[in-house]
Amino acid sequence: MNIERLVTMANDIAAFFASEPDPDAAADQVANHLRKFWEPRMRAEIRGSLEQGGNGLSPLARRGVERL
Amino acid sequence: MYAIDHKDLGTPAAASGESVTLDIDGSTVTVPVGTSVMRAAALAGGQIPKLCATDSLKAFGSCRLCLVEIEGRKGFPASCTTEVAAGMKVRTQSARLQKLRRGVVELYVSDHPLDCDECPANGHCELQDAAEELGVEGSRYANGGATQRGVAQDASNPYFVFNPDLCIVCSRCVRACDEVQGTLALTIEGRGFDSRVSASQHQPFLESECVSCGACVEACPTAALTEKLPLSLGAPTEAVSTTCGYCGVGCSLKAEVKEETVVRMVPNRAGTANNGHACVKGRFAFGYATHADRVRSPMIRKRITDPWREVSWEEAFAYTAAEFKRIRKKYGPDSVGGITSSRCTNEETFLVQKLVRAALGTNNVDTCARVCHSATGYGLKHTLGESAGTQAFTSVNNADVIVLIGANPTDGHPVFASQLKRRLRQGAKLIVLDPRAIDLVRTPHIEAVAHLPLRPGTNVAVMNALSHVIVTEGLANDAYAEARCEVDTYRKWKAFVADPRNSPESTEAISGVPAALVRKAARIYAAGPNSAIYYGLGVTEHSQGTTMVMAIANIAMATGNLGREGVGVSPLRGQNNVQGSCDMGSFPHEFSGYRHVSDAATRSLFEGAWNAKLASEPGLRIPNMFEAALDGSFRGLYIQGEDFVQSDPNTNHVVAALSAMECVVVQDLFLIETARYAHVFLPGSTFLEKDGTFTNAERRISRVRKVMEPLAGLADWEITMRLAQALGYPMHYSHPSEIMDEIARLTPTFRGVNYEKLERLGSIQWPCNDAAPEGTPTMHVDSFVRGKGKFYVTEYVATSERSTSRFPLLLTTGRVLYQYNVGTQTRRTSNLAWQSEDRLEIHPDDAEDRGIANGDWVGVTSRAGDTVMRAVVSRRMTPGVVYTTFHFPESGVNLVTTENSDWATNCPEYKVTAVEVVRVGHPEAWQERIRAERSAQRSPAMPSA
Ligand code: SF4
Ligand code: SF4
Ligand code: SF4
Ligand code: FES
Repeated sequence: MNIERLVTMANDIAAFFASEPDPDAAADQVANHLRKFWEPRMRAEIRGSLEQGGNGLSPLARRGVERL
Repeated sequence: MYAIDHKDLGTPAAASGESVTLDIDGSTVTVPVGTSVMRAAALAGGQIPKLCATDSLKAFGSCRLCLVEIEGRKGFPASCTTEVAAGMKVRTQSARLQKLRRGVVELYVSDHPLDCDECPANGHCELQDAAEELGVEGSRYANGGATQRGVAQDASNPYFVFNPDLCIVCSRCVRACDEVQGTLALTIEGRGFDSRVSASQHQPFLESECVSCGACVEACPTAALTEKLPLSLGAPTEAVSTTCGYCGVGCSLKAEVKEETVVRMVPNRAGTANNGHACVKGRFAFGYATHADRVRSPMIRKRITDPWREVSWEEAFAYTAAEFKRIRKKYGPDSVGGITSSRCTNEETFLVQKLVRAALGTNNVDTCARVCHSATGYGLKHTLGESAGTQAFTSVNNADVIVLIGANPTDGHPVFASQLKRRLRQGAKLIVLDPRAIDLVRTPHIEAVAHLPLRPGTNVAVMNALSHVIVTEGLANDAYAEARCEVDTYRKWKAFVADPRNSPESTEAISGVPAALVRKAARIYAAGPNSAIYYGLGVTEHSQGTTMVMAIANIAMATGNLGREGVGVSPLRGQNNVQGSCDMGSFPHEFSGYRHVSDAATRSLFEGAWNAKLASEPGLRIPNMFEAALDGSFRGLYIQGEDFVQSDPNTNHVVAALSAMECVVVQDLFLIETARYAHVFLPGSTFLEKDGTFTNAERRISRVRKVMEPLAGLADWEITMRLAQALGYPMHYSHPSEIMDEIARLTPTFRGVNYEKLERLGSIQWPCNDAAPEGTPTMHVDSFVRGKGKFYVTEYVATSERSTSRFPLLLTTGRVLYQYNVGTQTRRTSNLAWQSEDRLEIHPDDAEDRGIANGDWVGVTSRAGDTVMRAVVSRRMTPGVVYTTFHFPESGVNLVTTENSDWATNCPEYKVTAVEVVRVGHPEAWQERIRAERSAQRSPAMPSA
């Protein structure tokens, strides 16, 4: 899958949850959203990209993906 | 002429709950207070002759044919304008009355041609009925209709004709246009025998303000206004109640047929969604059903470059099943999937998702609602607890303030718009949030108190600013919000919106909406007392679509505008069954009734009922399917009634994805654009060819009834059933009612729904279960479905799609009244008389900067692609914003829209695309280049199989 597209999508999700003041809770909410709505191969790809350095992921998106 | 099986009661029903008893011709009659004597007599089984009265219009009292005698009253009062009173004694028949009525009819007949046998209304004319009943065969004053003779017939409207010489100047048409439709296109000009009905300023109907709703035609007692089709096909003999297959208003219609041919479509006066009204699409645009382009035989081909080969249904199913099995074996169960159609019935969408989950063993199922209202589902579920609008349409009759956001009801939801206009003319206030000055901003007798012409993509900033005013000026309903909602989330939200960055003064620079206007609108909304929000795709089709839906729910909760009549949050759904297809488990992460696939208890319920192991992980959504197709992990797709190539954003990307697949199955009425990339074509059926149910925007489940046999032999539910069978997963239903029984068994909100009850009640608004056996018109009455309402912090995040020096304008998209969605149906009807191409609306300043004049061809370019269409220079637009529709494939609007989408649901951002517009001298060259680019895109990605 187009990893740039997935990164943009993850960043968009993180941008919504960024208003949560507790950083731990925010990362959980991002991870939870990804688990509930992303098909496994999308989650695998974004995790894979994180392992490659996670280029382009916003800090919160990165923390969310780490929890997958 | 009204529906052939309609018994007209003369005047509308009275609303009162109290009743009175009176005596009519010696019989005792009890009716609601406020009922007319005419209606009371009709309810008692009698019929007083009448000409200017019909029960869809307020009594007018002009023809004086309906005279009666009332004991103790002088003279002969008109029964249509006289209200009943307790103990009243009425005589509807007497020699005196007979004589007076004869005189009236003679006068009418005197100026009316008497060649009834030649007249199209013969047998259905109220003047003829009255003359026959009163024994009038000619007139002492006869001039054979001389006054009106010679006034030319107006046949400009493609669906009806106006014959002035048959007009009796009863004003029913004029009043229908005013009271029922609210367009006020007709007037009676002149006096006495010179009176004439005139559309706008003596214009032909087609060129006038008339929107061809047909209300006047239905109201006309003679053949002066009459439909064209019955003139050529002959009079209908039977009326079948069904539900409109176009928009989410879901009007109840009567299909009047003659030997399986629909001759006329008439709105059902008992229909609760539409109260006897319809629009030009539902009433007239059904000709596509029998259009020569309908595909009547299944077809297959190995490669998308091969010609189609007509095959039997057996061969089509066998081929498809073999292909899907081969692909699954080679690439795994998640390499295939299906799409349900929001145009098909609940039962049909339910079967497709069942086929995908149970027979194909994957959750890769999605629906075209993905690209319109998926954000509504997510946003309302998370805040209020249910993925649906909160009100019945009739709730608008109790609204004091109506906020319309990103919706254009006079084009998109015409019958609801008529209801809305009625309420506005009674004095309700209107606030419009839209980049474009939609018709309702200013229309006869209506003017919005505030139009907030926001820049596309800044909805959330404006909604936060409105909330800021409500919270900081102390206008919130704390008592309601704290009792009904999670107090911590409410306080957090208040602190967030109160922050100065959300003040109207701060957001003005972002949205372009003056702060004072935002403050004014917020105060009006908060003051209510009943404030209702109605919204459309201008809310959902954004990168922050879900955030905006949540922001709307927040403001409604904070002001206590939920849980009763006259208030609420109501999404206006686009297609007829968007609500239903979502309810039926069409989304890849949830079963019917919006229950997540990871929920073990729900899954085991379905596994037990379906005798199959079901996947617990969410499947791919439509845009994800395209991505997976391009990387080779998604190869087979069964598409029920959806034209991705025309409707989805970034056409080039969609085409590349479809071209990379090995088995694309299109089930549709016509060879749609997507069929160019298909390997199997299964000819589907229209709403006239099957039984089932649709669920409209107010959660109302209504019956769809078969009036003709499927042209290709099978209804869509039968096609899915046969395909499942071929895949080795037999399904056993002999009628869609059995599918509904299964839906009810498996879905708590539908538990009490069945066909027998639908027959009895006419329609049902879900939830319908033991707690609400007859359904639920208003939701969240005592508490929210999720328990306590939940506020979400809705930070404004600018879309990445911004105007730049290269693409300085923002393109937004919408719809027109006469065309529907991608136009597959309406382009094959006479609605083309009003609109036959998509056009680009552009503000005069932007046009002048570019040397563009009205009607010029212009090229529209974005970072995704380009297309060419004609320009309309219009002050409706805000400078910097251009607008178009996407009803015609030639215009290729989605060649320019991008893959940007809503963060939560991937609903595409159709409403914001940065573009440049240039005047072009040779549109053919552009069209040729675009066509060439599209086919070049296709070739290298040819499937290898
Ligand atoms: S056109 Fe028909 S409804 Fe209108 S005034 Fe004439 S007779 Fe009446
Ligand atoms: S068709 Fe509808 S809009 Fe047109 S004149 Fe008749 S009532 Fe008015
Ligand atoms: S308003 Fe919608 S449902 Fe009603 S007739 Fe028109 S298209 Fe059909
Ligand atoms: S029907 Fe009563 S006055 Fe015409």
